[in-house]
Amino acid sequence: MKLITAIIRETQLDMVHERLIENEITRITVSRVSGHGQQRTEEVYRGKKVVPSLIPKVKLEIAVNDDFVDLTVNTIIKAAKSGENRSTDGLIGDGKIFITQLEECIRIRTEERGPSAI
Amino acid sequence: MLLVGSFLCIMPGTAVFAQDGAGIDTGITAWMLTSTALVLLMIPGLAMFYGGLVRSKNVLGTMMHSFTAMGIMTVLWVICGYAMCFGPNVLWGWFGWNSEYLLLRGLDEAIMEEGIPEYVFSMFQGKFAIITPAIIAGAFAERVRFKSYCVFIAAWGLLVYNPLCHWVWAEDGYLFNMGADGAIDFAGGTVVHISAGVSGLVAVLYLGARRGFPKSNMPPSNLTMTMIGGGLLWVGWFGFNAGSSVSSGLSTAQALAATQVAAAAGGLAWMIIEGWHQGKATALGFVSGILAGLVAITPAAGVVTPAGALVLGVAATALCYLAILLKNKLGYDDSLDAFGIHGVGGIVGAVLLTFFIRDSWMADAAEAAGGSWTIWQQFGVQVAAVLIAIVYAGVLTYILVVIIEKTMGFRSTPEKEMQGLDIAYHGEHGYGMLNPN
Repeated sequence: MKLITAIIRETQLDMVHERLIENEITRITVSRVSGHGQQRTEEVYRGKKVVPSLIPKVKLEIAVNDDFVDLTVNTIIKAAKSGENRSTDGLIGDGKIFITQLEECIRIRTEERGPSAI
Repeated sequence: MLLVGSFLCIMPGTAVFAQDGAGIDTGITAWMLTSTALVLLMIPGLAMFYGGLVRSKNVLGTMMHSFTAMGIMTVLWVICGYAMCFGPNVLWGWFGWNSEYLLLRGLDEAIMEEGIPEYVFSMFQGKFAIITPAIIAGAFAERVRFKSYCVFIAAWGLLVYNPLCHWVWAEDGYLFNMGADGAIDFAGGTVVHISAGVSGLVAVLYLGARRGFPKSNMPPSNLTMTMIGGGLLWVGWFGFNAGSSVSSGLSTAQALAATQVAAAAGGLAWMIIEGWHQGKATALGFVSGILAGLVAITPAAGVVTPAGALVLGVAATALCYLAILLKNKLGYDDSLDAFGIHGVGGIVGAVLLTFFIRDSWMADAAEAAGGSWTIWQQFGVQVAAVLIAIVYAGVLTYILVVIIEKTMGFRSTPEKEMQGLDIAYHGEHGYGMLNPN
């Protein structure tokens, strides 16, 4: 079992979400986060350009069985790129994906453990 | 001596103003100034009402639909809107025209026979021209290009609102003179609510549903803001209805009382119907009922008693509730129920008011008709006026929407719609760290 954590642009959330659902990956957790990366976006407020120090992003957390890791990751990569031609050009700030080993998973209702609980 | 004489003249404050603006009734003017401000309050109210109902990524874009209407419609109103609405008939009565009113030039020292400066009347009426296209925006919320929306409301104001306003409220408008004493539309049931509701419905049927509708959940971003907006609309509606008497006396009081009663009855009825049907009385339901009642009393406020207002409020809520259930069955995406509340509520009010007209109005109408005038004759006039508004607004809106969609694209691209209007068209965020939905 793996825990896939993806940090993506807010604007790509719907795209990623729709693609994940198309691939039957429906159990996800989404939260708003903010942080530093390589990206420096300029935003205009009342005509003044400001560079925000912390950039808002969206974090997806998806626990998957090992067979689904590649599908999930590829789906996110394709949908989270924000360039003109989405299959090749991404832009700085499109985000990152982290994959970590998941030690245990328990469904609270039934107290099942392991891969079947995911 | 001369100095003393003029000094004595100036001493009583009113004497100065009487000379300055002979014929001004300060009481009526003061109330009309207040009403003008109250009607303007409805537009930020509508912005909050609608803004709270959309998803968090569209809140600013949706509020901007109301706010930009304040800019666009006011400028157009000053340039030519007032001339088109309140000038004498041109083009076989299609709209009015008086070049004196261009840029409101002729109004600088004009005082109307009601005793108010014409500036006040023109600004009061201008607020109605703002709110009407802003109501339409609720139908196609969350999925149109900002630039195209701006072009649409400008064209809609010129070609739909101005002619309708002229027909119903100008002295030589043909709905104003229909039947014995005109089609009754006290404060804009046909001009504002039916025309906006029907236009919204037509636009939505052509532009299509939001991405993911009806499968995905599209929860309101902030119902607290919707409640505040609904409250502001109720407050502002006193200017809308009681101000439409263009006086400060008995008819003003009658309209004010009817407005309060219908809004309360509408809200209460929604709470009871929803509580019985769904098991819970929602906050959004209560505020929707208030709006349904207010919309229904808008055409009727001048002619019905509080008992009639009570029935109109309840009837409007019941039928709007059914209309929204029917919408969900039919599956078209009138996102914030511009038709479900404003269209249906307006039609209910304009038609049903016939049965609650106070006797004195019917007596006057009978006199004007030269002997007798029955409720059913007036019913025919009301139905005819409603149908004319539906057909005219529907057809013209369809033409405008098709032209704009074919030339500049009305509907957002799927990418922009997924990003949300706020980022895609305004480059801003409405909410800070609120959870995404």
